Amino acid sequence: MKVGVVTFPGSLDDHDAARALRAAGAESVSLWHGDSELHGVDAVILPGGFSYGDYLRCGAISRFAPVMSSIIDGANAGMPVLGICNGFQVLCESHLLPGALTRNQGLHFLCTDQRLRIENNLTSWTSSFSKDQEIVIPLKNGEGSFQCDDATLERLEGEGLVVARYLGENPNGSRNLIAGITNVRGNVVGLMPHPEHAIDPLTGPSADGLPFFISILSQMAGR
Amino acid sequence: MAKIVVDVMLKPEILDPQGNAVSSALPRLGFTFARSVRQGKRFEIDIDGEPSEAQLAEVSRAAETLLANPVIETFTVRVEK
Repeated sequence: MKVGVVTFPGSLDDHDAARALRAAGAESVSLWHGDSELHGVDAVILPGGFSYGDYLRCGAISRFAPVMSSIIDGANAGMPVLGICNGFQVLCESHLLPGALTRNQGLHFLCTDQRLRIENNLTSWTSSFSKDQEIVIPLKNGEGSFQCDDATLERLEGEGLVVARYLGENPNGSRNLIAGITNVRGNVVGLMPHPEHAIDPLTGPSADGLPFFISILSQMAGR
Repeated sequence: MAKIVVDVMLKPEILDPQGNAVSSALPRLGFTFARSVRQGKRFEIDIDGEPSEAQLAEVSRAAETLLANPVIETFTVRVEK
């Protein structure tokens, strides 16, 4: 079971994502943004950070990196892809997921341990959670406010495509407290908070992030 | 040489915290004229010669592909004299 982790110039959390995969029992494979070859991986993680300096808009330039063409083709063919934070922004810019992530309502960069509810546990990346399980993982970003038009919001809610929702006060102005969404097929998931920083209570607020990485493993094993 | 200007604005229904921050800073400085402020981006593109219709159409395609995100933004393309 090989999961690719993409490194863009300015990626920060690629090493933690790789560590989380190893902790879950998967083999992590480093993928380089300038290389369109996916080296036989079964799934891909787009990690957090500030790819290409987040110039223009977050994820806008990364979306056109050579590796992304292969990932977009793979995702459209059913390959599981998880975008965390900056990776979520890249997925939206790639139109693999609807909506966009914009500047936090309070304009501040946030770094906090965030309570979430996992509302869709049928995706490739959330099947090891129980439905409506509450978890605490870090949220750290400046542009994490999920925005979309009313029709898209209605579709996301109506079709159960909201994967994770913020609990408590809205941290960043996201519509309907949306912290993560999936596509209809459930193979592509975008998540603003960081499960890869919460796989071990020694180094994070909890181990609540680990099931994201175990989910992909059991999904692959079950195929 | 001509200058092509692409203005990019958030759609009206998209929250604009930066515009709101500017809007609330103005009255603190004694500028009380603004009912609201929206903040956008402006790209100035220099080209050789006068732009043809085809070039302007190409700039529009570039704006739609890269300069603006049509999910949350609108854009206009014009030639600055």
